[in-house]
Amino acid sequence: MAGVAETATPTVLQRIASMPLRDPFAFVGLSIYVIFALIALLADVLAPMPPLEILFTSTGKLAANLPPSLDYPFGTTNLGRDIYAQLIHGTRSALAVGLSAAIVVSSVGTVVGLVAGYFGGRIDSLLMRIADMALSLPFLPFVIVLTGFLGASTSNIVLAVALLLWPNSARVIRSQVLTVRERTYVEAARVTGASSWRILFVHVAPNILPLSFVYAAIAIGWAIITEASVSFLGFGDSESVSWGYMLQDAFSSQALSRGQYAWFVPPGICIILIVVAGFFISRGYEEVFMPRLRGR
Amino acid sequence: MAALVELRGVVKHFPVARSLGEIVRGKRPAVRALDGVSFDVGSGDAVAIVGESGCGKTTLGRLMLKLAEPTGGSIAFDGVALGGLSGDGLRDFRRQAQLVFQNPFDALNPRFTIYRAVAEPLVNARIDKAEHKDRIEKAFRRVHLADFDRYFDKYPHQLSGGQLQRVVLARALVLAPRFLVADEPVSMLDVSVRAGILTLMREIREAMGLTAVYISHDLALVRYLCDRTLVMYLGRIVEDGPTEAIVRRPRHPYTRALVAAVPVPDADQSRIALPIKGNIPDSSEPPSGCHFRDRCPLAFARCAEEAPALREAAGGHRVACHLELA
Repeated sequence: MAGVAETATPTVLQRIASMPLRDPFAFVGLSIYVIFALIALLADVLAPMPPLEILFTSTGKLAANLPPSLDYPFGTTNLGRDIYAQLIHGTRSALAVGLSAAIVVSSVGTVVGLVAGYFGGRIDSLLMRIADMALSLPFLPFVIVLTGFLGASTSNIVLAVALLLWPNSARVIRSQVLTVRERTYVEAARVTGASSWRILFVHVAPNILPLSFVYAAIAIGWAIITEASVSFLGFGDSESVSWGYMLQDAFSSQALSRGQYAWFVPPGICIILIVVAGFFISRGYEEVFMPRLRGR
Repeated sequence: MAALVELRGVVKHFPVARSLGEIVRGKRPAVRALDGVSFDVGSGDAVAIVGESGCGKTTLGRLMLKLAEPTGGSIAFDGVALGGLSGDGLRDFRRQAQLVFQNPFDALNPRFTIYRAVAEPLVNARIDKAEHKDRIEKAFRRVHLADFDRYFDKYPHQLSGGQLQRVVLARALVLAPRFLVADEPVSMLDVSVRAGILTLMREIREAMGLTAVYISHDLALVRYLCDRTLVMYLGRIVEDGPTEAIVRRPRHPYTRALVAAVPVPDADQSRIALPIKGNIPDSSEPPSGCHFRDRCPLAFARCAEEAPALREAAGGHRVACHLELA
């Protein structure tokens, strides 16, 4: 089976790897991801100040609501915390939530979609009815209830997002499997004696893999938005600083009415950038997957 | 000669979606692709199955290769019933029976190199990897792709239709099978490469002593490749006999129409033009009695009441018709 990985997958991987060079949107999206990833990795260097540290001025007074300055590029919060440090460290939690949700969503969705689409019949009906149930859940209320029961931690938010988002990718991948399995080369594989599992994972799966990537990229954005929404509503993980937490903090301490734009605009822009980047990348992969879309 | 493949009363129905009324009345409508088909394929024979689109010939080919299960009847390969095969028995059957596809452009996985596509049967038959290269080169030589090194690392989209069909043929031959089904092997190819592929198939069949079933709508092709021809109409065999005799002296009214429809360069060849009416009927509700009767210019009362059995007729034919077409 070693030969399998050597010869077939490179074509998929090559296409995936070369895609950003061909699609300017995907290139922009990937650049944004790379920049955020670097910020997250170098957070302690870029912002040595712990994001929740309460700061005091040289006169011993609480450094609250300071305007942007060289020391504090975005000023400080009403509790005297460095907004710049929060923004930098927030990148970490955003990427952690986004990437782990993307991995869970696309792997669960891919496996369920493959099995349901290829085997059909009762397995298909069962899996798709479970998917329908998951799709019928209201998004935010479900996340809030789940984090309420299991505790407000980052991993529980990822779990909630995964539970809600896998059906989307599973359904689309299933429909793609339904068309691929009718292709003559799948029948040819059966005539040559390939087992069902071999047909599924060696002949069918590589042909739907780009679609999994599309859904992974979409899931990153959704997970980050969800985490931000939940944190903004005050159900987030109080131990870690995220962009949603920053917005909530700014909102509840009336930063908006005080016109403290440097507090709440930067995290908003960061959320928009990373979600849009995910969209751009998924758009690029969609074109890899469906070449007919190219140039439209 | 002993029969390699035996079909006895093979029936294949495909269920179709039911309307509410049909569910209430307990009806189960089905497309009757095959409606009681029996014949033997002798070891080493080349048999053609001809008929219009929708007559069930492709389904028949799929059943003979256990790509689908018959609704009724039985199929045996080399004396072993296909119905009960699984595990090692099935793997053994897959080594011996192979298929050549109609559309070579879709028959190869677009993400597999040519080498890997042809190696796939060897991998599935669990043949030692050390033997692969040797066997693949041998198969490529058989299909006259002697400069095989040029093809091994290519992908299917980089080859022409004729080359692809040779690769598909090489894949079918790499396990040295005994039985080959070819479903319209040249109908998707350019006319210019058809002859080459057909000659190649005949040559390979004779060289390897293969038993072959060719499925086609093209009587000219059949005449070139096969000694014996079965004519199908709406899931039933209507005529069975030596190809030359069927082409020259067709007995069943449907075969006559089929033969008359073939363009022939020889204007002197006698032909009995027998016009048939209309189109092939819906195979979920075929006419009673003889399936061909509503299109047959010679139909009479008995045709609606009783399905004609396939009986011996003059000239080594078997014909399913109430008329004595002597």
